[in-house]
Amino acid sequence: MSLERPDSVDDAAVERTPDELEALLGDLVVDRDDHLNAPGFVIRPDTVQETLSILKEQAGYDHLSVVSAQEYENRYESIYHLKKFDDPTQEVSIVVPADKDNPVSESAEPVFRTADWHEREAYDLIGVEYDDHPDLRRILLPETWQGHPLSMDYDKDRPQIATLPEHANPLQEHHKDAESDTMFLNIGPHHPATHGVLHLKTVLDGEQVVDVEPDIGYLHRSEEQMAQSGTYRHQIMPYPDRWDYISAGLLNEWAYARAAEDLADIEVPEYAQVIRTMGAEMCRIAAHMLALATFALDINGDFTATFMYAINDRERVQNLLEDLTGQRLMFNYFRLGGVVWDLPEPRDEFFSKTRDFLDHLPESVEEYHNLITSNEIFQMRTIDTGILPPEVAKNYGATGPVARGSGVDYDLRRDDPYGYYDELDWDVITEDGCDNFSRLLVRMREVEESAKIIEQCVDLLEDWPEDERNIQANVPRTLRPDDDTEIYRAVEAAKGELGIYIRADGTDKPARFKIRSPCFSNLQTLPEMANGEYIPDVVAALGSLDIVLGEVDR
Amino acid sequence: MSSDQPFITDESQVVTETRDARMTGQGDRFNSRLREAFGSSPFILTKFDKFLNWCRGSSMFMLQFGIACCSIEMMHTYAVKHDLDRFGSGVPRASPRQADVMIVPGTIVSKFAPRMKRVYDQMPEPKFVVGMGSCTISGGPFQEGYNVIKGAEEVIPIDIHVPGCPPRPEALVYGVVKLQERVANGEASPVTVKPYELEEFSDLERDELVDKLADEIEEDELVMRYNFADSP
Repeated sequence: MSLERPDSVDDAAVERTPDELEALLGDLVVDRDDHLNAPGFVIRPDTVQETLSILKEQAGYDHLSVVSAQEYENRYESIYHLKKFDDPTQEVSIVVPADKDNPVSESAEPVFRTADWHEREAYDLIGVEYDDHPDLRRILLPETWQGHPLSMDYDKDRPQIATLPEHANPLQEHHKDAESDTMFLNIGPHHPATHGVLHLKTVLDGEQVVDVEPDIGYLHRSEEQMAQSGTYRHQIMPYPDRWDYISAGLLNEWAYARAAEDLADIEVPEYAQVIRTMGAEMCRIAAHMLALATFALDINGDFTATFMYAINDRERVQNLLEDLTGQRLMFNYFRLGGVVWDLPEPRDEFFSKTRDFLDHLPESVEEYHNLITSNEIFQMRTIDTGILPPEVAKNYGATGPVARGSGVDYDLRRDDPYGYYDELDWDVITEDGCDNFSRLLVRMREVEESAKIIEQCVDLLEDWPEDERNIQANVPRTLRPDDDTEIYRAVEAAKGELGIYIRADGTDKPARFKIRSPCFSNLQTLPEMANGEYIPDVVAALGSLDIVLGEVDR
Repeated sequence: MSSDQPFITDESQVVTETRDARMTGQGDRFNSRLREAFGSSPFILTKFDKFLNWCRGSSMFMLQFGIACCSIEMMHTYAVKHDLDRFGSGVPRASPRQADVMIVPGTIVSKFAPRMKRVYDQMPEPKFVVGMGSCTISGGPFQEGYNVIKGAEEVIPIDIHVPGCPPRPEALVYGVVKLQERVANGEASPVTVKPYELEEFSDLERDELVDKLADEIEEDELVMRYNFADSP
């Protein structure tokens, strides 16, 4: 991987102790506020850009995972969670308190492009205002919404009015010009190519895209509020299934499980970790199959062959997951400290079913390659369209297959190991094409890697001694993590880095629960990929991002 | 074909061979209940309404409309294995103007409700709605959410509710078949032709909120008002 500035390579690779970082930042640091996962430095609200650019350029923290904002009794606070793409275990949190009466804080957008949407979300839900932000508007709620729903004095029962702006057209004057070939096109929120309820405001010049602006929030189901009103032990776990609902349920549950287990210091038995790893990879296969199916649908309009074949393979893997968890889609299978029950009896039957599926998989992947990737028309539509250079991808905080399709070698399963992944033999897939085709190829090859992982897990589980099958650690009935402990933990979900930030306040419910959704950051790259291209390429680029709106909007 | 007497058929043929073949047939394969009802006569006496209802119930065009989690199970219902097309209702149409039935597969939130209303209004009469999943019944697991509409029925009329989170494809198939049955029997909820139901901003009753938004929203802009305190 190449870094932006060759002279900073040495600096960037070095792992610094918290004290060295504090020395590097010097006077900028006002106070320390360490989190469980990283050292935290408190800075003044008008030095955000300065601090972040020092950390980015001199210390190599080139990945802004998430901006999480919250309101305290006496102040507002934004936290910038920084990481390195080279080594995500090196983390640092920058805590920016803002005044209670006038919550203004400097925007980080000039340093990290990805802060744009994250700060808009913080403004929308919490009410922190960001100075120097290019476009500080509401992002998830209607623009006419009253109040900031996750702030402390919000009244949930107050009436609200939402508008349906008709034919909102910023180009109206241009239409009067007979010579001009510019038009405004609304794609969505109800449109077959938007993969759910996404709205793309597109400005066209002839057939070429001048500007595309994703408008999100049509599926904002207040997931963070739901999690904040549930107890750690049982009431939160059903919700992660519904963030990324493309059968990636176990992967999402793992994100919550990992954060909460580290917060409450729970050790998960090894046997449960193997089951978790196996289930999670089955989910990844199911999720990538749907990505493949809908991408083929977007590109070829192929509702018959590819779509049906891929759905058929999903049905197979869903049957396995149903045997394992008892549900087809919303598994609710993980518990803090393990999984809810052991493998289904008779175990042999489950293993042989799984092996049948794995034996059949190479053949179907071959079939997809014949149908899609070696199809000339498909190649013309996808190769060299939707270009996302690696530096741009990093700047936007893109992760998962989107980043790996741009050659960014970043996979939390390997780089920040959890579960049983570091004991198993598998590879991280990257492609250097940076285009729509590479992103699809990454997904298809990842399916094969997942199959390898599942196979090894099945081997392990088959030979596991009967008296050591411990599926759950001993977890107290009510969990009350210590007051004011904060943690940010992420896992590699189907779409990329899915992270959870939790602040505990000594009760059995989280005081702040923030979801870092990979799709939210990935979708931000769409204008970079689509501007200047033709209108069909927008659809291809959107399909190759493989977003799921439940996770974008939460 | 040329014939001197074009309007006279050979009666003996019709009464004997054709009828026997129709009545007994080779197995039951072609002997539907409709065929039984016809008997030997090629005529059937029914009410036009009844016939039309039967037609409507037997061929339903679905609106291709994905909202949330349930739409994944809805896709599985259309695709192989479950294949909703077997029941004469598996043609998803991308445009609301070509659709008869709207399956509402997911949570409705404040920003989306006016758009869904608009899509529903764009469907031609007669139109039917299947509410899929708990969210369309009451808001489901998200009922407490600050942004969630407590059931699709707050916005549009619903004929059949399919509970579940999400319902299995089998459940959706059952729901759709039930709807077909009701439509065929003329039992679906009465269709009333209404103009667009979205209000204009100037139609709203004046209160504190409306006064506050008056300089932000144009008089003739379409709006939807949510009284969250009164929702179930």
